Amino acid sequence: MARVWVFGDNVDTDQIIAGRYLVKLDPRELAKHVMEAADPKFASKVRKGDVIIAGRNFGCGSSRERAPLALKTAGISAIVAESFARIFYRNAVNRGLLVLTCAGVRRGFKTGAKVRVDMPGSKVHNLSTGRTFKVEPLPDFILTILRAGGLLPYLKRSVGKAGR
Amino acid sequence: MTIAEKILARASGRKRVSPGEIVEASIDVAMTHDIEGPMVVEGLRELGTKKVWDPNKIVVVFDHQVPANSIDAALNHIMLREFVAEQKIPDFYDLFEGICHVVLPEKGFALPGRLIAGTDSHTTTYGAFGCFATGIGSTDMVAVFARGELWFRVPESVRTTIEGRLPKRVMSKDLIMKIIGEVGVDGETYRSVEFVGPGMRNISMAGRMTMCNMGVEMGAKAAIVPPDGLTTRYLRSRARGPYKPVYADRDAAYVEERSFDVKKLEPQVACPHSVDNVGAVSEVEGVEIDQAFLGSCTNGRFEDLVEAAKIVNGRQISKRVRMLVVPASREIYLKGLERGLLAIFARAGALVEAPSCAACMGGHIGILGPGEVCISSSNRNFRGRMGSPKAKIYLASPTTVAASALKGKITDPRDL
Repeated sequence: MARVWVFGDNVDTDQIIAGRYLVKLDPRELAKHVMEAADPKFASKVRKGDVIIAGRNFGCGSSRERAPLALKTAGISAIVAESFARIFYRNAVNRGLLVLTCAGVRRGFKTGAKVRVDMPGSKVHNLSTGRTFKVEPLPDFILTILRAGGLLPYLKRSVGKAGR
Repeated sequence: MTIAEKILARASGRKRVSPGEIVEASIDVAMTHDIEGPMVVEGLRELGTKKVWDPNKIVVVFDHQVPANSIDAALNHIMLREFVAEQKIPDFYDLFEGICHVVLPEKGFALPGRLIAGTDSHTTTYGAFGCFATGIGSTDMVAVFARGELWFRVPESVRTTIEGRLPKRVMSKDLIMKIIGEVGVDGETYRSVEFVGPGMRNISMAGRMTMCNMGVEMGAKAAIVPPDGLTTRYLRSRARGPYKPVYADRDAAYVEERSFDVKKLEPQVACPHSVDNVGAVSEVEGVEIDQAFLGSCTNGRFEDLVEAAKIVNGRQISKRVRMLVVPASREIYLKGLERGLLAIFARAGALVEAPSCAACMGGHIGILGPGEVCISSSNRNFRGRMGSPKAKIYLASPTTVAASALKGKITDPRDL
């Protein structure tokens, strides 16, 4: 069952993956240092399928795509935040990492809570408290990219169809 | 329509666009550098793209880790150099030219009316020339390199009117930090910010670039200054090709209007660990510093060196401080050398380094240890940005950085 990690407002890309690691291309190397400045224990404790719940402006700062890549590689299956910075949001979608916007979500969860993300239903359930949160529905074209696993798999498929 | 709307309409072949609409737009200039570039190359391989859409519209700059400070960095450089050669990309600036956001304007790529995408959040800098320029990630850039197009959500526009003339030793950096302090780090998220008004006419191209550079620090997708005589003059000997300035219509719609009078503006400082944690320098005067960094795509321009040198000239940097002076481009470095500015800094005890992003991104030189304090002319003071998460970064203008370096503590530049 997916567990929750709660973070506050303005979690910036330097906290997600610091500049000194950007020289690395191997996503597994990046995952070892993910969220280091925010919570040094995160990288060793995060498990596959875990969900991040955060406040406003998640992912603000740099255009470094290693930020969502490191989170996804570390096992994060979705980020539900009150709002996102725009470049991070695009990068996450392009990497096939589910990003959902949900007002008031941060106060509704504590780190360690059990969570279920119901995508077609646009809902996030806190299974530890029984509360349910409605997330903003995703536009169809973003859903299509996410379902394909990211922009590159999506483009490969659509380019293939066009016969180019 | 606003400037952003007009540029996106033109680039997507439409007569009109409105905020919220999704458009597929043709990119006029696509820029990448040594940090995101290798990921773009990997992505193109994964996609199976053999040839980029148009090598003449791509600019590649090495700036973040130059010269290479690790084998990994050297490998990234090798990979990108091979890619540039194989794709026959003519506009390649290897590690001697400077920071992308200073090099592209110098080389005449940032032109009014253009749509520019770069794999760096501070791509907003080019908006100083009246273009729509925005940061994207490496996968979006793969799509651009492969197809020349990218989807955009047409942003809402905000009009920020500037009045008055900046007082002595107060710089456009102080103004943009003041604005960010008021609107917050996500205050303009997804929006295009136009900086207009009589006050903007008094701000140089370098100063406008500083302001647009930090537009992204309040979440903006683009920050745009309508072109004027200063723009034309800067571009006269530099512009790569023809351009057509774009101006907002009289009935253009703005979701918000703000105005700032700079006449009485004081030097500002953004305190740890958020760019909107801004106050007047008097509020933090006396905070002891270990490092002073003058450089970056925000404030490593010639004018910044001149203003800082006026303060440093003939004085000595505090013994407790290491000052890094890093001109943002080779052009600036040479001009600084020829005019004697670099000697002023070196004589005062500063380390004058070759052009690069240097201490700004914590991945090259000037890394901070736990408990250390840096005053920096760069754009971000996030926790861990320059090294240890236990270090503290204060953002300030070049004059405040210079004055603080001399005194060993945060100092009002008007006192010197």
